[in-house]
Amino acid sequence: MVGIVGYGAHIPRHRIKVEEIAKVWGADAPSYKKGLMLTQKSVPPPDVDTITLSVEAAKNALKRAGNVNPADIGAVYIGSESHPYAVKPSGTVVADALGACPSLHVADFEFACKAGSEAMFVCLGLVKSGYIKYGLAIGGDTSQGAPGDALEYSTAAGAAAFIMGSDNLIAEAVHTYSFTTDTPDFWRREYEHYPQHGGRFTGEPAYFRTTMGAANGILEMSGMKPQDFKWAVFHQPNGKFPLRVAKMLGFTKEQIEPGWLSPRLGNTYSGASPIGLTATLDVAKPGDMILMVSYGSGAGSDAFVWKVTDRIDEVRDKAVRTAKLLDENLTFVDYGTYAKFRHKILKNN
Amino acid sequence: MFPSRIWREKAQRYRLEAGKCTTCGYIAFPPRLICPECGAREFETITLPDTGKILTYTVIRVAPSQFTDEAPYAVGIAELTNGVKLMAQIADCEVEKIKVGMEVVIEFRRVQTHGSHGVLSYGYKFVPKWY
Repeated sequence: MVGIVGYGAHIPRHRIKVEEIAKVWGADAPSYKKGLMLTQKSVPPPDVDTITLSVEAAKNALKRAGNVNPADIGAVYIGSESHPYAVKPSGTVVADALGACPSLHVADFEFACKAGSEAMFVCLGLVKSGYIKYGLAIGGDTSQGAPGDALEYSTAAGAAAFIMGSDNLIAEAVHTYSFTTDTPDFWRREYEHYPQHGGRFTGEPAYFRTTMGAANGILEMSGMKPQDFKWAVFHQPNGKFPLRVAKMLGFTKEQIEPGWLSPRLGNTYSGASPIGLTATLDVAKPGDMILMVSYGSGAGSDAFVWKVTDRIDEVRDKAVRTAKLLDENLTFVDYGTYAKFRHKILKNN
Repeated sequence: MFPSRIWREKAQRYRLEAGKCTTCGYIAFPPRLICPECGAREFETITLPDTGKILTYTVIRVAPSQFTDEAPYAVGIAELTNGVKLMAQIADCEVEKIKVGMEVVIEFRRVQTHGSHGVLSYGYKFVPKWY
């Protein structure tokens, strides 16, 4: 039996509202709010990046993991499309900051928005095979959208961390399934600062086909129906897509509610469905079944069936809950501050 | 900051590792070879607590080039819960709202950025305690 031993999230406190972005570009804010079904997004200040978010999320995961010695973590995998270095793994800094070095395996993963669930998938496999005792899987991003592009309204920052192991589980990974095809809906070429996307092509043939493929695949594999799950978490590039895919699959709004964060958070890319899972675990009860399906452009989805154990009640409040990070202690910034924070202003060297 | 210095200081900057004199209990951060209180040479490694209170601070409005994106910002000295006094930047807080006695926690942050191609420096900063 393998699964989650500890989990944690971290989200920057700064936010920018859709109206503030729309004002600068002469766009119609109500249309964007309705079309994307989101009101605001998180903004990382200049001293926050994927590495710092990962360390803070992992510290929260360690608090919930109880007596896990960081030196027993045999692998640190970080999934992101905003690793601060092009060459030098984020995981090296994170592993050293946690005290997990030097006897471990470290790698950075990249698969658009599903790099975090890839890390979870691989850690579960290594624990199950007996190669490692614990594996730390992190999904986090400080995602970038080009100024004025539709993406700018949603690209946000945040991270979630999971310590995978085989004893003292909070949630057992009962089934896993992955679905991948070559679908060029979103990409960023080398040396390019901002990603490109295929507009409406990112919807039906990409997000919906792939997410549905993974969800239907794991439902068939497990012999389960949507009604068998208490909760479901889907990748959330905006507020609308996860709600729509849930309905298409036969899930209710109530089932996705705790992990449906994008309307107040934006799209944290590799952190999106993993942070949604942390918020869902925060409210889950022992015995609850959770379906999680990530999505990464390119394109692929990882699906997991989690079964929550009795230990959730012991550990839930050993670290800050995700909803608290999402809704409290917020500072709203104007577009000028946001542009400075996100290095969108060309300065004289 | 040179890569060699980042590497040399990472136990302190990343993990707040201090040396505690096994003879008199003096805590040295960063660690020392000889205890300034009793002259002993044996220390055990301890981890500093991650909470404290601001003792004093100053506000930087004209920042060095690597910190201009963060100006204005404060640098303060906090007394940690074990009595150790530590200096760091105070982040995530409007400088007008900082007060002596304010409770802070330590977070892992990017400390310095050297242009677009230099090595990145990470370490600790204070942020207001809010939960």
